[in-house]
Amino acid sequence: MTETKAMEVRKEEMLPEESERTRETRCFIPRADVFETDEDIVVLMDIPGAEQDQINVSLEKNILTVSAFCNPAGPEGYSLAFAEYEVGDYERSFRLSDQIDRDKIQAEYKNGVLRLTLPKAAEAKKRKIEVKVS
Amino acid sequence: MMRRYSPLTIWRELDRLQREMDRLFDEFSPTRLRTAPDFPAMNVWADEESVIVTAELPGLESKDIEVNVLNGTLTLRGERKPEELPEGARVHRQERGYGRFSRTLELPYKVDVDKVKAVFKNGVLQITLPRAEEDRPKKIAVKVA
Repeated sequence: MTETKAMEVRKEEMLPEESERTRETRCFIPRADVFETDEDIVVLMDIPGAEQDQINVSLEKNILTVSAFCNPAGPEGYSLAFAEYEVGDYERSFRLSDQIDRDKIQAEYKNGVLRLTLPKAAEAKKRKIEVKVS
Repeated sequence: MMRRYSPLTIWRELDRLQREMDRLFDEFSPTRLRTAPDFPAMNVWADEESVIVTAELPGLESKDIEVNVLNGTLTLRGERKPEELPEGARVHRQERGYGRFSRTLELPYKVDVDKVKAVFKNGVLQITLPRAEEDRPKKIAVKVA
């Protein structure tokens, strides 16, 4: 049991190194909530400041990636007098364990929160095998 | 090599050690950690006639945000409600916080309360606070004698 776990970790380390971003602005990992129901997986992410048309969601194999761009420039003509937070882009990926029905993915953006509803594919739902106690 | 300390040199040595430790601790605790901002974090922008305060408040509705200006202090209140989970939902991770918050910011000058504007867009609140007319600096022309 422990052996397989160790192998998994090694696999993760072998992933290709992260490439550099072309944009100079800072990039943040947004805070996220993830929950699952029998029908779908729901992901909520806080990405305040991102414009709706600047949000990209992609699902490749089982890797869900969300990236969003913000305009880091402040109000025009004003200078920053005091700062507690920084404005930047957002990026985060999740590895999903279930098969997702790609055509039915829903993305909603409201008040700085992105809500992704990822319906599980029918075959993934069916494939669940009941474990019986012998 | 053996070294013998006289009582005096021991104290001197301890004193030196303490100073060394203080210096190390100062170096390793970044200012950012010592003064973690309250929620919500705010940025303040200024020009000669007004101040703009911005705050990131994702997940709130504009009606849930209360902005008060009184005698040069700005108070921001509100509540972020927890996500209502459907029955039988299994939580994988929960990183987003929720709850009530209240924050007061002292403004550098008197504000014309009637002209304060607050806009909430994409989870970012932007409050424009114009400086009161009577409080604005008077320009004094310099005459050539």
